[in-house]
Amino acid sequence: MTAPLLSLTGLTKAYPGVVANDDVSFDIRPGEVHALLGENGAGKSTLVKMIYGLVKPDSGQMLLNGVAFAPTEPRAARADGIAMVFQHFSLFDALNVAENIALGMEMPPPMRDLARQIRSVSETYGLPLDPYRTVGDLSAGERQRVEIIRCLLQDPKLLIMDEPTSVLTPQEVQILFETLRKLKSEGTSILYISHKLEEIRALCDQATILRLGKNVGACVPSETSARDMAEMMVGTSLQTPERSGRAFGEPAIELSGLSAASPSEFGTALKNIHLSVRKGEVMGIGGVAGNGQDELLAVLSGEIPEPSDAIKLMGQPIGRLGPNQRRALGLLAAPEERLGHAAAPDMSLTENALLTGAVREGLTSGGFLRWSAARGFAENIIQAFDVRTPGPDNAARALSGGNLQKFVIGREVLQRPEVLVVNQPTWGVDAAAAAAIRQALLDLAAKGAAIIVISQDLDELMEIADSFAALNEGRLSAPRPTAELSIDEIGLMMGGAHGMEVAHV
Amino acid sequence: MDLSAINPVLLIASLMVAATPILLAAIGELVVEKAGVLNLGVEGMMIVGAICGFAIAVNTGSPLVGFVAAAIGGAVLSLLFVLLTQVALANQVASGLALTLFGLGLSALMGQSYVGVKPPAFAKLDIPGISDLPVVGPILFSHDLVLYFGLALVAAVWAVLKFTRAGLILRAVGESHDAAHALGYKVVRIRTMAILFGGACAGMGGAYISLVRVPQWTEGMTAGVGWIALALVVFASWKPWRVLLGAYLFGGITVLQLNLQAAGVAVPVEYLAMSPYVITILVLVILSQQKSSAPAALGRIFHASQ
Repeated sequence: MTAPLLSLTGLTKAYPGVVANDDVSFDIRPGEVHALLGENGAGKSTLVKMIYGLVKPDSGQMLLNGVAFAPTEPRAARADGIAMVFQHFSLFDALNVAENIALGMEMPPPMRDLARQIRSVSETYGLPLDPYRTVGDLSAGERQRVEIIRCLLQDPKLLIMDEPTSVLTPQEVQILFETLRKLKSEGTSILYISHKLEEIRALCDQATILRLGKNVGACVPSETSARDMAEMMVGTSLQTPERSGRAFGEPAIELSGLSAASPSEFGTALKNIHLSVRKGEVMGIGGVAGNGQDELLAVLSGEIPEPSDAIKLMGQPIGRLGPNQRRALGLLAAPEERLGHAAAPDMSLTENALLTGAVREGLTSGGFLRWSAARGFAENIIQAFDVRTPGPDNAARALSGGNLQKFVIGREVLQRPEVLVVNQPTWGVDAAAAAAIRQALLDLAAKGAAIIVISQDLDELMEIADSFAALNEGRLSAPRPTAELSIDEIGLMMGGAHGMEVAHV
Repeated sequence: MDLSAINPVLLIASLMVAATPILLAAIGELVVEKAGVLNLGVEGMMIVGAICGFAIAVNTGSPLVGFVAAAIGGAVLSLLFVLLTQVALANQVASGLALTLFGLGLSALMGQSYVGVKPPAFAKLDIPGISDLPVVGPILFSHDLVLYFGLALVAAVWAVLKFTRAGLILRAVGESHDAAHALGYKVVRIRTMAILFGGACAGMGGAYISLVRVPQWTEGMTAGVGWIALALVVFASWKPWRVLLGAYLFGGITVLQLNLQAAGVAVPVEYLAMSPYVITILVLVILSQQKSSAPAALGRIFHASQ
């Protein structure tokens, strides 16, 4: 057994009111792919931030190659051979690829040499990238390549990857894994954080599982089932959403020949979309982020007006109606971005409940707000969806991502929609909460609502959707029943690997 | 009406003088905004610079020392803005407006005993032979040092932002402070330095009014130049050379309309007086029609959580 590259002993970090890491110890050996597993709020991010020098531990120590290691800032960690690919990309949209990479380096060479280095590294590892493109124009997968190449140029001994595959197509994931395996064979260690247990089983040599800040166990992923790992993370046994056999009714919503320009500069226009979802049907819409998902939601919710006949709800043309008129008719939507789109961050949960619930729940009368009714509605959501918060007077911003997601979805589900459109319903939500949200969507469908789930999580779509269609560069493929589809076929429907060549390694 | 009384050579020479205060203030604010900070206190920092420079120049007899004092004065006042927005995380718009009001009041207090005093004259460049050349001489080679400094500063800011690592880091902080922080850059420190630089530039711009352009001290003598500088930065799409263009355009039309007034053109004075504002804004709006290039983090408060 080789000596560990990085050895953590008794790391503890407390924030006011919460212990993020409590006496965490484990070792990472050279050339090992080590998985860090845990639910939201289990303390994974805090732990890697300590290794990367962004957060100082309260107690405990780290040894790097047997020498005490206490980086005070990321620069020090990078100097010692630690590199990190962030969960939320730490890129600058207005700058080009080479500039972004230069910002992550200590002593960057002149731009022209750097551009050459970027090309050579990207060829070696099968990650094609043009150094002079503006990052704002890149796809999610390409952005991640920028981050990875930024790390690789520093010749790291330990590469930390925080949720790297959440935005990639299956083919892109394969390419990423090829790259990681090549790095591993060169002796680089990788600390890999993910929710996706099957990926961890395919890639990782060792796994450490965190729950509520504590190290609750280790396992060898290839020898442990995904279900066992999930139960170690959650601490209880896991419930899989139940799909009851449903008969589909009349078409509830129909889109025909719908096209729309994107309101944002880096967005994707929708091109000639046809879609029909029946009562009781869950339609899953997959695709890599930035292929028109946000635009599709905006068109359905009424944020982007359309020609009247392009959208029909129960046969009634509604293309020109705004969001509130559509809500009154039973078409509700929950957008992806929780803070700022689905919820107003600095307003209380009661106020947020009012914002979309006013029409259907009768929370206003004669232009005046009915505060007690609104509060009751908010309390209803909190109770029904197990939102963990001291009460409905708390600001939306104060909730953790997963809890706010439960609130946002619950708010729409409880309004008894005829048609519900959700974008990324379980993004950043831990396994137990995700299962609860999926179950709520299925229950709603069982009561006869039509549901459109836009998601990048294919496992999720396979689990709950009856039919699947893929968005690719603003075009929607013809829907197919999910039961007939394999992951590979879905990947191809999503547009394959977007012109990427498989790494020659 | 006698348009022949307008001498184009003198017109160009004096437009350069008229444009320099705006140019200095605007190029400083450009750096501040590129770092993602919106400081609306330019007017206040200018007028404090104007009185600091004026007082020190009168007392030491050296306008150059006066300019250094003006830069320090403007920077010290901007330190207050740093304290409010970078340390106390106060709203930048409100803090900037407060800074302007505070600067106007403070300068009036400081300048009470300087009303009616004449400052020492600034030496102009005089290269025998070259400065006496016809046309080129008066336009290019017979100004004071600060005017040349202003031009050099535009070139320097452009080059630093475009070609150096320091400039790249500054732009990165202005694009996304969270990402810059995650990479380990000291967002608050970088922004503080940018704000101080902006304050120093605004101070010098103010002193240029009180020492060169008008040579005297009167209360509120910057008369909105700081606001014009702020507008210039936006309409120039945060590009240094366009700031220069805008400043010269504004200065040029200001001087031209004064000349036209003197020549007795049959246009109401009010229209002539408003023409510099209207034309400058019009030209720059047309120039900046393509996509907005505002720094993405402009005016947003940075808080290093966790």
